[in-house]
Amino acid sequence: MIQEEVTIKNRAGMHTRPAAALVKLAAKFKAEFYIEKDGLEINGKSIIGVMTLAAEQGSKLRLRFEGEDEMLARNEIVGLIDRGFDE
Amino acid sequence: MTASEQVPDEITLKGIPASPGIAIGPAFVFHKDGPVVQERSIADQDVEKELKRLAEALAHARKELAKIVEFAEKKLGAKQAKIFEAELMILEDSVLFEAIRKRVRTELKNVEFVVREEIGKYHALMQTSKDEYTRERANDVEDVQNRILRNLQEGRLVSKIDGSHIIVSKNLAAADALILSRNDVLGYVTEIGGSTSHMVLLARALNIPAIVGLHEISTVVHKGDTVILDGYSGVFVINPSRDTRKKFEEKREGHKEFEGNLATLRDLPAETLDGHKVQLSANVELQEELGFVKRQGADGIGLFRSETLLLGKEVFPSEEDQYKTYKAIAEGVHPKRVIIRTFDIGGDKLMAQAVRENNPFLGWRGIRVMLDMPNIFLDQLRAILRASVKKNVSIMFPMVSSLKEVRKAKELLERAKKRLTDKKMSFDSEIEVGVMIEVPAAAVIAEDLAHEVSFLSIGTNDLIQYLLAVDRGNEIVSNLYQEFHPAVIRFLRRIIERGKGEKVWVGMCGEMAGDPLATMLLLGLGLDEFSVVPHMLPEIKKIIRSVHYSEAKHLAKKVLNMETEDEIEGYMKKVMKSKFPDIPLE
Repeated sequence: MIQEEVTIKNRAGMHTRPAAALVKLAAKFKAEFYIEKDGLEINGKSIIGVMTLAAEQGSKLRLRFEGEDEMLARNEIVGLIDRGFDE
Repeated sequence: MTASEQVPDEITLKGIPASPGIAIGPAFVFHKDGPVVQERSIADQDVEKELKRLAEALAHARKELAKIVEFAEKKLGAKQAKIFEAELMILEDSVLFEAIRKRVRTELKNVEFVVREEIGKYHALMQTSKDEYTRERANDVEDVQNRILRNLQEGRLVSKIDGSHIIVSKNLAAADALILSRNDVLGYVTEIGGSTSHMVLLARALNIPAIVGLHEISTVVHKGDTVILDGYSGVFVINPSRDTRKKFEEKREGHKEFEGNLATLRDLPAETLDGHKVQLSANVELQEELGFVKRQGADGIGLFRSETLLLGKEVFPSEEDQYKTYKAIAEGVHPKRVIIRTFDIGGDKLMAQAVRENNPFLGWRGIRVMLDMPNIFLDQLRAILRASVKKNVSIMFPMVSSLKEVRKAKELLERAKKRLTDKKMSFDSEIEVGVMIEVPAAAVIAEDLAHEVSFLSIGTNDLIQYLLAVDRGNEIVSNLYQEFHPAVIRFLRRIIERGKGEKVWVGMCGEMAGDPLATMLLLGLGLDEFSVVPHMLPEIKKIIRSVHYSEAKHLAKKVLNMETEDEIEGYMKKVMKSKFPDIPLE
């Protein structure tokens, strides 16, 4: 199990486009993927869950990966978020 | 007599008659859940059935949304299409639906309840977010929820009714009525709804008796109760006694006979005793009515309400789909003429987008919407033009209030013609164009409008409401809606005179044209065309054929000098009763 904290970098925060990109990426991995913000934890493979997070620029998210490809999942997902979702 | 043999009490109620005919049969009480979802426990063995319902509803919902997005992209631009992005994605959220399925299995509750609970959870969280963007996404989530719930409900609905029934409901939206019309329906009764609602127009078109405004009825009647629906008088009887039943059966026979006698008039012209001829046409909503319209001897279709093509649909039909319908109707009545009125809708019908107006009646409706959405308007205009090849189609624009609007509309018509010419598609280059006179301003400038068009058609339903400032659907003041108000009569006289003065013909497609009480008056005022609900064709023709134009003119002159609606209506009733004692005047 891997835990990591990230900060949302892009100006518009995690609106529909990046949320969709994140969910799409997470679906590629077998590992389970959860996101926690301000005490609310949602399944990172669920778009409705990610939308609910309302992660604006600067907000801190706690990521949790659990499964056989958790390392790979962590690298790619954290990478995407750190790159500001390539926007 | 033991308790089980006790005869249930006969209850007689009265509502507003909305569509004529008498129906006798078992009641089916239709409860539309609407936003109120009921929680039900289900049995273990029903779980698979529930999950199947969910799968079907989701498949439908996805299809629906895909169509909307396609339409939005093509007609309204990619930007508009994007607003559905979130909904589309949520419908594909496998985590969400796996969670819902799991809950149905473990909690043993009906799928509507679980869907509402699970999606509602997210909705509540989003709604209270500090982030405005997220709050807006909450609306998308609610839309998805409602879309799924609606599809779940519709799935359940169609299979439910077997056998012939009289449907009783609080309210019936036109889409429901259309679904129900596929079952064997003897009649409709609703608690609310004015008598010009779409449901009613549909009922008349399908020749099904209907009553509206019967308060609380869906709580008084039970499924399977024998009921009698009298669409002529608005009387509704629950558990009729044998005598009562006999009385209504006789009344039904009597009407059939009366209507049978009128059938002989079918091929005779609508001509007065002294040779004055008028056009007597039909108001039509559905292609399915054509057979009946022809049997009733219409001179043509004076109003085809094209917006019925939009019923139960969330997107506008394509040019090709519209063309198919218009062509079928044009060919169906050929060589007689059909006047197609362009979409007369409120802005709220556009793309299920929440265009919330405080006063839609005075707002974005009719020609205004079409002029603001030229792409959609052009689709329709091209479709109508293509259907006009046999030269029996005319176009009519609704809710016109200024010369500027008419000119703009005609400009778009020219654009449509040019596009067809470029594509080498044929159409009637001399297609006649007319306008509805329903906004009072249009009546005041009738002579100017007449310079731009070939005909005027008076829409009394809305004209009277605007003129007298009365909402017909408002039960408190609906009695103030008076066809025989002196202002109305004088306005009619003005429109007809000014129109004919500019050499255009003037017709009427509003309900007043089909009111036997008004026929002589309208004749006498010089109306050239009466376009009426098909059911009334023979009766109106009979009146026209039994009077002299000279006496109608004399009557009109007298009425124009009267000062109150009571005086006018009283006089009309007196004349009609003496000349036509056997015509029922309700």
